[in-house]
Amino acid sequence: MTVMSETQTQSATRTEVLLDVRGMRKVYEGHGRSVEAVRDLTFAVARGDLVCVVGPSGAGKTTLLKCIAGLLAPTGGEVVLEGTAVDGPPPGMAVVFQEYGRSLFPWMTVRRNVELPLKQKKLPKARRSELVHQALEAVGLADVHTAYPWQLSGGMQQRVAIARAIAYEPHILLMDEPFAAVDAQTRADLEDLVRSLWHRLGVTTLFVTHDIDEAVYLGQRVLVLSSAPTVVLDDIAIDLPEERDQLTTRSSTRFAELRGQVFAQIQRAKQQRGAVEPA
Amino acid sequence: MSILRRVTRASLAALTLPAALLALWWILTADSESYYLPPLSDILAAVDDVWLRSGRLSADVLPSLLRLLGGFLLAVALGVTLGIAIGSSRRLRAFCEPVLEFLRAIPPPVLVPVLMLFAGIGDTMKVLVIVSGCVWPILLNTVEGVRAVDEVLVETARCYGLRGPSRLWHLVVRSASPQIVTGLRQGLSIGIILMVISEMFAASNGLGFSIIQFQRTFAVTEMWTGILLLGLLGFLLAMLMRLFERRALNWYFGLRQAQRGGSR
Repeated sequence: MTVMSETQTQSATRTEVLLDVRGMRKVYEGHGRSVEAVRDLTFAVARGDLVCVVGPSGAGKTTLLKCIAGLLAPTGGEVVLEGTAVDGPPPGMAVVFQEYGRSLFPWMTVRRNVELPLKQKKLPKARRSELVHQALEAVGLADVHTAYPWQLSGGMQQRVAIARAIAYEPHILLMDEPFAAVDAQTRADLEDLVRSLWHRLGVTTLFVTHDIDEAVYLGQRVLVLSSAPTVVLDDIAIDLPEERDQLTTRSSTRFAELRGQVFAQIQRAKQQRGAVEPA
Repeated sequence: MSILRRVTRASLAALTLPAALLALWWILTADSESYYLPPLSDILAAVDDVWLRSGRLSADVLPSLLRLLGGFLLAVALGVTLGIAIGSSRRLRAFCEPVLEFLRAIPPPVLVPVLMLFAGIGDTMKVLVIVSGCVWPILLNTVEGVRAVDEVLVETARCYGLRGPSRLWHLVVRSASPQIVTGLRQGLSIGIILMVISEMFAASNGLGFSIIQFQRTFAVTEMWTGILLLGLLGFLLAMLMRLFERRALNWYFGLRQAQRGGSR
Protein backbone atom coordinates (compact mmCIF):
# COMPACT_ATOMS: atom_id res chain seq x y z
CA MET A 1 0.00 0.00 0.00
CA THR A 2 1.14 3.52 -0.63
CA VAL A 3 0.63 4.98 2.82
CA MET A 4 3.64 6.91 4.07
CA SER A 5 6.91 5.87 2.62
CA GLU A 6 9.04 6.70 5.67
CA THR A 7 10.38 3.84 7.67
CA GLN A 8 9.97 3.68 11.41
CA THR A 9 13.61 4.42 12.08
CA GLN A 10 13.66 7.88 10.56
CA SER A 11 13.81 10.05 13.62
CA ALA A 12 12.97 13.26 11.71
CA THR A 13 9.37 12.17 11.23
CA ARG A 14 9.14 10.69 14.70
CA THR A 15 9.08 14.03 16.43
CA GLU A 16 6.10 15.41 14.51
CA VAL A 17 3.04 15.26 16.73
CA LEU A 18 0.08 13.74 14.93
CA LEU A 19 -2.41 13.40 17.75
CA ASP A 20 -2.46 15.68 20.73
CA VAL A 21 -4.81 15.08 23.63
CA ARG A 22 -4.82 18.09 25.94
CA GLY A 23 -6.44 18.06 29.35
CA MET A 24 -9.31 15.91 28.15
CA ARG A 25 -12.13 15.51 30.65
CA LYS A 26 -15.41 13.68 30.26
CA VAL A 27 -18.33 13.85 32.65
CA TYR A 28 -21.48 11.89 31.93
CA GLU A 29 -24.53 13.78 33.09
CA GLY A 30 -27.28 11.50 34.30
CA HIS A 31 -30.53 12.05 36.13
CA GLY A 32 -29.49 14.33 38.96
CA ARG A 33 -26.02 12.84 39.23
CA SER A 34 -22.94 13.16 37.15
CA VAL A 35 -20.21 10.59 36.71
CA GLU A 36 -16.70 11.76 36.03
CA ALA A 37 -15.32 9.10 33.71
CA VAL A 38 -12.16 10.86 32.59
CA ARG A 39 -10.55 13.51 34.80
CA ASP A 40 -7.48 14.73 32.95
CA LEU A 41 -5.76 13.06 30.05
CA THR A 42 -2.84 14.68 28.36
CA PHE A 43 -0.57 12.88 25.94
CA ALA A 44 0.75 13.15 22.42
CA VAL A 45 1.27 10.57 19.70
CA ALA A 46 3.98 11.19 17.12
CA ARG A 47 3.48 10.34 13.47
CA GLY A 48 4.32 6.71 12.81
CA ASP A 49 4.08 5.65 16.44
CA LEU A 50 2.41 2.53 17.74
CA VAL A 51 1.10 3.46 21.17
CA CYS A 52 -0.80 1.10 23.43
CA VAL A 53 -3.19 2.38 26.06
CA VAL A 54 -3.72 -0.03 28.91
CA GLY A 55 -5.86 0.33 32.00
CA PRO A 56 -8.00 -1.68 34.38
CA SER A 57 -11.57 -2.39 33.29
CA GLY A 58 -13.74 0.64 33.83
CA ALA A 59 -10.82 2.96 33.21
CA GLY A 60 -12.69 4.97 30.63
CA LYS A 61 -10.65 3.48 27.81
CA THR A 62 -13.60 3.34 25.46
CA THR A 63 -14.62 6.87 26.46
CA LEU A 64 -11.13 8.09 25.61
CA LEU A 65 -11.18 6.33 22.27
CA LYS A 66 -14.62 7.63 21.36
CA CYS A 67 -13.57 11.18 22.19
CA ILE A 68 -10.50 10.84 19.98
CA ALA A 69 -12.60 9.32 17.22
CA GLY A 70 -14.96 12.27 17.36
CA LEU A 71 -17.90 10.06 18.30
CA LEU A 72 -18.22 11.70 21.70
CA ALA A 73 -17.58 15.32 22.66
CA PRO A 74 -15.25 15.75 25.65
CA THR A 75 -16.57 17.88 28.52
CA GLY A 76 -13.29 19.74 28.79
CA GLY A 77 -9.94 19.96 27.05
CA GLU A 78 -9.47 19.10 23.43
CA VAL A 79 -8.28 16.50 20.99
CA VAL A 80 -6.14 17.82 18.16
CA LEU A 81 -5.39 15.68 15.15
CA GLU A 82 -2.88 17.00 12.61
CA GLY A 83 -3.31 20.51 13.93
CA THR A 84 -7.10 20.52 13.77
CA ALA A 85 -9.38 20.18 16.79
CA VAL A 86 -11.57 17.09 16.50
CA ASP A 87 -15.33 17.72 16.52
CA GLY A 88 -16.83 14.76 14.71
CA PRO A 89 -15.12 11.81 13.04
CA PRO A 90 -12.11 13.19 11.15
CA PRO A 91 -11.61 11.97 7.59
CA GLY A 92 -8.07 10.68 8.10
CA MET A 93 -9.01 8.23 10.84
CA ALA A 94 -10.06 4.60 10.81
CA VAL A 95 -11.41 2.65 13.77
CA VAL A 96 -11.46 -1.06 14.50
CA PHE A 97 -14.05 -1.91 17.14
CA GLN A 98 -14.08 -4.73 19.63
CA GLU A 99 -17.45 -6.03 18.48
CA TYR A 100 -16.35 -7.35 15.08
CA GLY A 101 -19.66 -9.12 14.61
CA ARG A 102 -21.52 -5.84 14.91
CA SER A 103 -19.20 -3.50 13.06
CA LEU A 104 -19.31 -5.24 9.68
CA PHE A 105 -22.37 -4.86 7.48
CA PRO A 106 -23.93 -8.32 7.42
CA TRP A 107 -25.82 -7.62 4.18
CA MET A 108 -22.61 -6.94 2.28
CA THR A 109 -19.95 -9.31 1.11
CA VAL A 110 -16.45 -8.94 2.50
CA ARG A 111 -15.35 -7.04 -0.58
CA ARG A 112 -18.24 -4.58 -0.43
CA ASN A 113 -17.64 -4.02 3.28
CA VAL A 114 -14.07 -2.99 2.60
CA GLU A 115 -15.03 -0.97 -0.46
CA LEU A 116 -17.92 1.06 0.99
CA PRO A 117 -15.85 3.68 2.82
CA LEU A 118 -13.74 4.10 -0.33
CA LYS A 119 -16.86 4.75 -2.38
CA GLN A 120 -17.80 7.34 0.18
CA LYS A 121 -14.41 8.93 -0.39
CA LYS A 122 -15.31 9.06 -4.10
CA LEU A 123 -12.25 7.12 -5.22
CA PRO A 124 -12.39 5.89 -8.83
CA LYS A 125 -13.41 2.28 -9.34
CA ALA A 126 -10.00 1.02 -10.42
CA ARG A 127 -8.31 2.54 -7.38
CA ARG A 128 -10.98 1.13 -5.08
CA SER A 129 -10.59 -2.35 -6.39
CA GLU A 130 -6.79 -2.06 -6.11
CA LEU A 131 -7.01 -0.96 -2.46
CA VAL A 132 -9.55 -3.67 -1.58
CA HIS A 133 -7.36 -6.35 -3.12
CA GLN A 134 -4.21 -5.14 -1.40
CA ALA A 135 -5.91 -4.78 1.97
CA LEU A 136 -7.51 -8.21 1.92
CA GLU A 137 -4.27 -9.70 0.71
CA ALA A 138 -2.40 -7.99 3.54
CA VAL A 139 -4.62 -9.49 6.22
CA GLY A 140 -4.44 -12.94 4.63
CA LEU A 141 -7.99 -13.03 3.27
CA ALA A 142 -7.35 -12.88 -0.46
CA ASP A 143 -9.76 -15.73 -1.14
CA VAL A 144 -12.93 -14.68 0.66
CA HIS A 145 -14.00 -11.60 -1.31
CA THR A 146 -17.47 -12.87 -2.01
CA ALA A 147 -18.19 -14.40 1.39
CA TYR A 148 -20.47 -12.69 3.88
CA PRO A 149 -18.98 -11.72 7.26
CA TRP A 150 -21.19 -14.16 9.15
CA GLN A 151 -19.80 -17.02 7.12
CA LEU A 152 -16.37 -16.36 8.65
CA SER A 153 -14.88 -17.12 12.05
CA GLY A 154 -14.50 -14.36 14.63
CA GLY A 155 -10.82 -13.92 13.93
CA MET A 156 -11.44 -13.68 10.19
CA GLN A 157 -14.20 -11.13 10.74
CA GLN A 158 -11.80 -8.98 12.72
CA ARG A 159 -9.30 -9.35 9.87
CA VAL A 160 -11.94 -7.99 7.51
CA ALA A 161 -12.47 -5.03 9.85
CA ILE A 162 -8.71 -4.42 9.86
CA ALA A 163 -8.61 -4.69 6.06
CA ARG A 164 -11.39 -2.12 5.83
CA ALA A 165 -9.42 0.18 8.10
CA ILE A 166 -6.15 -0.02 6.19
CA ALA A 167 -7.80 0.19 2.77
CA TYR A 168 -9.16 3.53 3.96
CA GLU A 169 -5.52 4.74 4.06
CA PRO A 170 -5.92 6.49 7.40
CA HIS A 171 -3.35 8.81 8.95
CA ILE A 172 -4.20 7.28 12.28
CA LEU A 173 -5.66 3.91 13.14
CA LEU A 174 -7.60 3.50 16.39
CA MET A 175 -8.19 0.03 17.77
CA ASP A 176 -10.56 -0.47 20.68
CA GLU A 177 -9.76 -3.77 22.39
CA PRO A 178 -9.99 -5.43 18.99
CA PHE A 179 -8.95 -8.89 20.13
CA ALA A 180 -10.80 -9.10 23.43
CA ALA A 181 -13.42 -11.42 21.98
CA VAL A 182 -11.30 -13.92 20.06
CA ASP A 183 -9.57 -17.05 21.30
CA ALA A 184 -5.95 -17.01 22.47
CA GLN A 185 -4.39 -18.58 19.38
CA THR A 186 -6.22 -16.27 16.99
CA ARG A 187 -5.32 -13.40 19.23
CA ALA A 188 -1.61 -14.11 18.94
CA ASP A 189 -1.91 -14.27 15.15
CA LEU A 190 -3.81 -11.00 15.01
CA GLU A 191 -1.27 -9.29 17.26
CA ASP A 192 1.50 -10.27 14.89
CA LEU A 193 -0.65 -9.06 12.02
CA VAL A 194 -0.99 -5.64 13.63
CA ARG A 195 2.78 -5.44 14.19
CA SER A 196 3.58 -6.44 10.63
CA LEU A 197 1.01 -4.09 9.09
CA TRP A 198 2.34 -1.24 11.17
CA HIS A 199 5.85 -2.05 10.00
CA ARG A 200 4.86 -2.23 6.36
CA LEU A 201 2.50 0.74 6.21
CA GLY A 202 3.93 2.93 8.91
CA VAL A 203 0.46 4.02 9.93
CA THR A 204 0.21 5.73 13.32
CA THR A 205 -1.68 3.40 15.60
CA LEU A 206 -3.39 3.86 18.95
CA PHE A 207 -4.20 0.47 20.41
CA VAL A 208 -6.47 0.31 23.46
CA THR A 209 -6.46 -2.86 25.53
CA HIS A 210 -6.98 -4.16 29.06
CA ASP A 211 -4.35 -6.85 28.51
CA ILE A 212 -0.94 -5.86 29.91
CA ASP A 213 0.98 -8.52 27.96
CA GLU A 214 -0.66 -7.46 24.74
CA ALA A 215 0.17 -3.79 25.37
CA VAL A 216 3.84 -4.52 26.11
CA TYR A 217 4.18 -6.96 23.22
CA LEU A 218 2.69 -4.60 20.64
CA GLY A 219 3.66 -1.10 21.63
CA GLN A 220 6.59 1.20 21.26
CA ARG A 221 5.06 3.09 24.13
CA VAL A 222 2.54 2.05 26.72
CA LEU A 223 0.29 4.60 28.41
CA VAL A 224 -1.01 3.30 31.74
CA LEU A 225 -4.37 4.69 32.76
CA SER A 226 -5.82 4.83 36.26
CA SER A 227 -9.33 3.73 37.16
CA ALA A 228 -12.12 6.22 36.60
CA PRO A 229 -11.89 9.17 37.00
CA THR A 230 -9.03 8.51 34.63
CA VAL A 231 -5.61 10.13 34.51
CA VAL A 232 -2.39 8.96 32.84
CA LEU A 233 -0.38 7.12 35.49
CA ASP A 234 2.68 6.36 33.47
CA ASP A 235 4.13 6.58 30.00
CA ILE A 236 6.52 3.70 29.48
CA ALA A 237 8.84 3.39 26.50
CA ILE A 238 9.03 -0.22 25.39
CA ASP A 239 12.65 -0.87 24.48
CA LEU A 240 12.14 -4.38 23.17
CA PRO A 241 13.74 -5.21 19.82
CA GLU A 242 11.77 -4.15 16.72
CA GLU A 243 11.39 -7.71 15.51
CA ARG A 244 9.03 -9.32 17.98
CA ASP A 245 8.07 -12.90 18.26
CA GLN A 246 5.37 -14.51 20.34
CA LEU A 247 7.83 -17.04 21.74
CA THR A 248 11.17 -15.30 22.25
CA THR A 249 9.90 -11.79 23.00
CA ARG A 250 7.38 -12.94 25.55
CA SER A 251 9.92 -15.10 27.34
CA SER A 252 12.67 -12.45 27.43
CA THR A 253 13.73 -10.92 30.74
CA ARG A 254 13.11 -7.39 29.51
CA PHE A 255 9.53 -8.30 28.60
CA ALA A 256 8.97 -9.62 32.10
CA GLU A 257 10.42 -6.46 33.63
CA LEU A 258 8.27 -4.15 31.52
CA ARG A 259 5.24 -6.29 32.15
CA GLY A 260 5.95 -6.13 35.87
CA GLN A 261 6.31 -2.37 35.71
CA VAL A 262 2.93 -1.92 34.01
CA PHE A 263 1.32 -4.46 36.30
CA ALA A 264 2.57 -2.66 39.42
CA GLN A 265 1.15 0.63 38.14
CA ILE A 266 -2.22 -0.92 37.49
CA GLN A 267 -2.28 -2.61 40.89
CA ARG A 268 -1.48 0.72 42.48
CA ALA A 269 -4.33 2.31 40.53
CA LYS A 270 -6.73 -0.32 41.83
CA GLN A 271 -5.61 0.14 45.43
CA GLN A 272 -5.99 3.88 45.16
CA ARG A 273 -9.50 3.42 43.94
CA GLY A 274 -10.16 1.03 46.81
CA ALA A 275 -8.96 3.66 49.23
CA VAL A 276 -11.05 6.40 47.67
CA GLU A 277 -14.28 4.51 47.22
CA PRO A 278 -15.58 4.46 50.83
CA ALA A 279 -15.37 8.25 51.02
CA MET B 1 -29.63 -35.98 -7.07
CA SER B 2 -30.25 -35.44 -3.39
CA ILE B 3 -31.31 -31.85 -4.11
CA LEU B 4 -33.86 -33.05 -6.61
CA ARG B 5 -35.13 -35.58 -4.10
CA ARG B 6 -35.32 -32.96 -1.37
CA VAL B 7 -37.27 -30.56 -3.61
CA THR B 8 -39.63 -33.36 -4.60
CA ARG B 9 -40.18 -34.31 -0.99
CA ALA B 10 -40.75 -30.69 0.04
CA SER B 11 -43.28 -30.03 -2.69
CA LEU B 12 -45.04 -33.32 -1.91
CA ALA B 13 -45.30 -32.29 1.74
CA ALA B 14 -46.62 -28.88 0.77
CA LEU B 15 -49.19 -30.18 -1.70
CA THR B 16 -50.59 -33.12 0.27
CA LEU B 17 -52.97 -31.18 2.51
CA PRO B 18 -54.45 -28.90 -0.20
CA ALA B 19 -54.99 -31.95 -2.41
CA ALA B 20 -56.65 -33.84 0.43
CA LEU B 21 -58.93 -30.90 1.23
CA LEU B 22 -59.94 -30.50 -2.40
CA ALA B 23 -60.60 -34.22 -2.63
CA LEU B 24 -62.73 -34.06 0.50
CA TRP B 25 -64.69 -31.11 -0.90
CA TRP B 26 -65.11 -32.97 -4.17
CA ILE B 27 -66.39 -36.13 -2.48
CA LEU B 28 -68.65 -34.43 0.05
CA THR B 29 -70.34 -32.25 -2.53
CA ALA B 30 -70.40 -34.83 -5.31
CA ASP B 31 -74.11 -35.64 -4.84
CA SER B 32 -75.01 -32.25 -3.42
CA GLU B 33 -78.56 -31.18 -4.23
CA SER B 34 -78.17 -27.93 -2.29
CA TYR B 35 -78.59 -24.82 -4.40
CA TYR B 36 -76.03 -22.99 -2.31
CA LEU B 37 -73.42 -25.73 -2.27
CA PRO B 38 -73.02 -27.02 -5.80
CA PRO B 39 -70.66 -29.99 -6.47
CA LEU B 40 -67.02 -28.94 -6.80
CA SER B 41 -66.97 -30.58 -10.22
CA ASP B 42 -69.64 -28.10 -11.39
CA ILE B 43 -67.73 -25.18 -9.96
CA LEU B 44 -64.48 -26.18 -11.65
CA ALA B 45 -66.28 -26.81 -14.91
CA ALA B 46 -67.74 -23.30 -14.75
CA VAL B 47 -64.37 -21.56 -14.25
CA ASP B 48 -63.54 -21.67 -17.92
CA ASP B 49 -66.89 -20.15 -18.96
CA VAL B 50 -67.15 -17.55 -16.24
CA TRP B 51 -63.61 -16.19 -16.20
CA LEU B 52 -61.63 -17.20 -19.25
CA ARG B 53 -64.03 -17.08 -22.19
CA SER B 54 -66.10 -14.17 -20.97
CA GLY B 55 -63.19 -11.75 -20.96
CA ARG B 56 -63.61 -11.20 -17.23
CA LEU B 57 -59.88 -11.69 -16.70
CA SER B 58 -59.19 -8.36 -18.38
CA ALA B 59 -62.49 -6.71 -17.50
CA ASP B 60 -62.55 -7.55 -13.78
CA VAL B 61 -59.42 -9.30 -12.54
CA LEU B 62 -57.00 -6.88 -14.16
CA PRO B 63 -58.59 -3.70 -12.73
CA SER B 64 -58.63 -5.32 -9.29
CA LEU B 65 -54.96 -6.21 -9.52
CA LEU B 66 -54.03 -2.74 -10.76
CA ARG B 67 -55.85 -1.12 -7.83
CA LEU B 68 -54.13 -3.47 -5.43
CA LEU B 69 -50.74 -2.80 -7.00
CA GLY B 70 -51.27 0.97 -6.99
CA GLY B 71 -52.52 1.04 -3.42
CA PHE B 72 -49.82 -1.28 -2.17
CA LEU B 73 -46.96 0.61 -3.83
CA LEU B 74 -48.30 3.92 -2.55
CA ALA B 75 -48.55 2.45 0.95
CA VAL B 76 -44.97 1.15 0.69
CA ALA B 77 -43.64 4.54 -0.39
CA LEU B 78 -45.59 6.33 2.33
CA GLY B 79 -44.99 3.78 5.07
CA VAL B 80 -41.27 3.34 4.52
CA THR B 81 -40.59 7.07 4.11
CA LEU B 82 -42.57 8.11 7.18
CA GLY B 83 -41.31 5.09 9.08
CA ILE B 84 -37.68 6.06 8.51
CA ALA B 85 -38.38 9.66 9.53
CA ILE B 86 -40.25 8.67 12.68
CA GLY B 87 -37.86 5.87 13.55
CA SER B 88 -34.82 8.11 13.24
CA SER B 89 -36.05 10.86 15.54
CA ARG B 90 -36.96 10.23 19.14
CA ARG B 91 -38.79 13.55 19.37
CA LEU B 92 -40.88 12.90 16.28
CA ARG B 93 -41.68 9.44 17.62
CA ALA B 94 -42.93 10.73 20.97
CA PHE B 95 -44.98 13.26 19.07
CA CYS B 96 -46.57 10.83 16.59
CA GLU B 97 -46.90 7.58 18.46
CA PRO B 98 -50.26 8.10 20.22
CA VAL B 99 -51.89 9.30 16.99
CA LEU B 100 -50.44 6.38 15.04
CA GLU B 101 -51.75 3.89 17.58
CA PHE B 102 -55.21 5.48 17.32
CA LEU B 103 -55.26 5.55 13.53
CA ARG B 104 -54.03 2.00 13.32
CA ALA B 105 -56.86 0.84 15.58
CA ILE B 106 -59.53 2.06 13.15
CA PRO B 107 -60.66 -0.86 10.98
CA PRO B 108 -60.03 0.39 7.41
CA PRO B 109 -63.36 -0.84 5.98
CA VAL B 110 -65.23 1.79 8.01
CA LEU B 111 -63.26 4.39 6.10
CA VAL B 112 -64.91 3.32 2.86
CA PRO B 113 -68.06 5.43 3.35
CA VAL B 114 -65.96 8.39 4.43
CA LEU B 115 -63.55 8.08 1.53
CA MET B 116 -66.50 7.76 -0.85
CA LEU B 117 -67.63 11.22 0.26
CA PHE B 118 -64.26 12.73 -0.56
CA ALA B 119 -62.96 10.66 -3.44
CA GLY B 120 -66.15 9.49 -5.11
CA ILE B 121 -66.71 5.88 -6.09
CA GLY B 122 -63.99 5.56 -8.71
CA ASP B 123 -60.59 3.95 -8.66
CA THR B 124 -59.16 6.74 -6.48
CA MET B 125 -61.43 5.77 -3.61
CA LYS B 126 -60.49 2.10 -3.88
CA VAL B 127 -56.79 2.81 -4.04
CA LEU B 128 -57.11 5.10 -1.03
CA VAL B 129 -58.96 2.43 0.94
CA ILE B 130 -56.18 -0.04 0.18
CA VAL B 131 -53.51 2.50 1.18
CA SER B 132 -55.34 3.34 4.40
CA GLY B 133 -55.14 -0.26 5.51
CA CYS B 134 -51.77 -1.36 4.07
CA VAL B 135 -49.80 1.56 5.35
CA TRP B 136 -49.95 0.78 9.09
CA PRO B 137 -48.10 -2.50 9.34
CA ILE B 138 -45.50 -1.16 6.89
CA LEU B 139 -45.10 2.11 8.79
CA LEU B 140 -44.97 0.62 12.27
CA ASN B 141 -42.62 -2.21 11.34
CA THR B 142 -40.32 0.25 9.59
CA VAL B 143 -40.25 2.43 12.70
CA GLU B 144 -39.28 -0.58 14.82
CA GLY B 145 -36.64 -1.66 12.32
CA VAL B 146 -35.05 1.78 12.13
CA ARG B 147 -35.03 2.10 15.91
CA ALA B 148 -33.21 -1.21 16.23
CA VAL B 149 -30.23 -0.31 14.03
CA ASP B 150 -27.14 -1.56 15.83
CA GLU B 151 -25.29 1.14 17.77
CA VAL B 152 -21.85 -0.18 16.80
CA LEU B 153 -22.83 -0.18 13.13
CA VAL B 154 -24.05 3.41 13.46
CA GLU B 155 -20.69 4.44 14.91
CA THR B 156 -18.81 2.48 12.26
CA ALA B 157 -20.77 4.32 9.58
CA ARG B 158 -19.99 7.66 11.22
CA CYS B 159 -16.27 6.88 11.44
CA TYR B 160 -16.08 5.98 7.77
CA GLY B 161 -17.94 9.09 6.70
CA LEU B 162 -21.12 7.37 5.55
CA ARG B 163 -23.57 10.23 5.03
CA GLY B 164 -26.75 11.23 3.26
CA PRO B 165 -28.45 8.87 0.82
CA SER B 166 -25.60 6.39 1.11
CA ARG B 167 -26.07 6.13 4.89
CA LEU B 168 -29.83 5.91 4.44
CA TRP B 169 -29.60 3.00 2.07
CA HIS B 170 -26.52 1.06 3.20
CA LEU B 171 -27.13 1.48 6.92
CA VAL B 172 -30.73 2.38 7.78
CA VAL B 173 -32.85 0.71 5.12
CA ARG B 174 -30.78 -2.44 4.82
CA SER B 175 -30.60 -2.81 8.56
CA ALA B 176 -34.36 -2.37 8.95
CA SER B 177 -35.17 -4.54 5.93
CA PRO B 178 -36.19 -7.66 7.88
CA GLN B 179 -38.84 -5.68 9.74
CA ILE B 180 -39.82 -3.73 6.62
CA VAL B 181 -40.41 -6.97 4.73
CA THR B 182 -42.53 -8.29 7.61
CA GLY B 183 -44.58 -5.10 7.27
CA LEU B 184 -44.88 -5.62 3.52
CA ARG B 185 -46.13 -9.16 3.98
CA GLN B 186 -48.78 -8.11 6.50
CA GLY B 187 -49.67 -5.08 4.39
CA LEU B 188 -50.18 -7.17 1.27
CA SER B 189 -52.67 -9.53 2.89
CA ILE B 190 -54.61 -6.58 4.30
CA GLY B 191 -54.46 -4.98 0.86
CA ILE B 192 -56.09 -8.00 -0.79
CA ILE B 193 -58.93 -7.93 1.74
CA LEU B 194 -59.48 -4.21 1.23
CA MET B 195 -59.33 -4.56 -2.54
CA VAL B 196 -62.31 -6.91 -2.38
CA ILE B 197 -64.20 -4.91 0.24
CA SER B 198 -63.81 -1.61 -1.59
CA GLU B 199 -65.20 -3.22 -4.71
CA MET B 200 -68.17 -4.61 -2.86
CA PHE B 201 -69.34 -1.16 -1.82
CA ALA B 202 -69.53 0.71 -5.04
CA ALA B 203 -68.00 -0.50 -8.24
CA SER B 204 -68.76 -1.38 -11.80
CA ASN B 205 -66.02 -3.94 -12.23
CA GLY B 206 -63.48 -5.94 -10.26
CA LEU B 207 -63.24 -9.27 -8.52
CA GLY B 208 -65.16 -8.18 -5.43
CA PHE B 209 -67.82 -6.58 -7.59
CA SER B 210 -68.20 -9.76 -9.66
CA ILE B 211 -68.58 -11.99 -6.62
CA ILE B 212 -71.24 -9.71 -5.09
CA GLN B 213 -72.97 -9.46 -8.46
CA PHE B 214 -73.11 -13.26 -8.80
CA GLN B 215 -74.42 -13.59 -5.27
CA ARG B 216 -77.15 -11.00 -5.82
CA THR B 217 -78.28 -12.65 -9.04
CA PHE B 218 -78.25 -16.10 -7.39
CA ALA B 219 -75.50 -17.30 -9.75
CA VAL B 220 -74.15 -19.42 -6.89
CA THR B 221 -71.80 -21.64 -8.90
CA GLU B 222 -70.28 -18.57 -10.53
CA MET B 223 -69.90 -16.96 -7.10
CA TRP B 224 -67.94 -19.98 -5.88
CA THR B 225 -65.60 -19.80 -8.87
CA GLY B 226 -64.89 -16.19 -7.92
CA ILE B 227 -64.05 -17.16 -4.36
CA LEU B 228 -61.73 -19.92 -5.58
CA LEU B 229 -60.03 -17.52 -7.95
CA LEU B 230 -59.57 -14.98 -5.19
CA GLY B 231 -57.99 -17.60 -2.96
CA LEU B 232 -55.67 -18.66 -5.73
CA LEU B 233 -54.70 -15.05 -6.38
CA GLY B 234 -53.90 -14.45 -2.73
CA PHE B 235 -51.81 -17.58 -2.69
CA LEU B 236 -49.85 -16.55 -5.78
CA LEU B 237 -49.20 -13.07 -4.41
CA ALA B 238 -48.02 -14.54 -1.11
CA MET B 239 -45.64 -16.79 -3.06
CA LEU B 240 -44.28 -13.82 -4.98
CA MET B 241 -43.77 -12.02 -1.69
CA ARG B 242 -41.91 -15.02 -0.33
CA LEU B 243 -39.68 -15.10 -3.38
CA PHE B 244 -38.88 -11.42 -2.90
CA GLU B 245 -38.19 -12.01 0.79
CA ARG B 246 -35.80 -14.86 0.02
CA ARG B 247 -33.87 -12.69 -2.37
CA ALA B 248 -33.82 -9.49 -0.34
CA LEU B 249 -33.15 -11.08 3.04
CA ASN B 250 -30.81 -13.86 2.02
CA TRP B 251 -28.14 -12.34 4.29
CA TYR B 252 -30.54 -12.19 7.22
CA PHE B 253 -31.49 -15.85 7.11
CA GLY B 254 -27.83 -16.77 6.75
CA LEU B 255 -26.86 -14.56 9.66
CA ARG B 256 -29.56 -15.98 11.90
CA GLN B 257 -28.59 -19.50 11.06
CA ALA B 258 -24.93 -18.73 11.78
CA GLN B 259 -25.89 -17.21 15.14
CA ARG B 260 -28.07 -20.14 16.08
CA GLY B 261 -25.44 -22.68 15.13
CA GLY B 262 -22.82 -20.74 17.09
CA SER B 263 -20.21 -18.78 15.22
CA ARG B 264 -18.33 -21.08 12.95
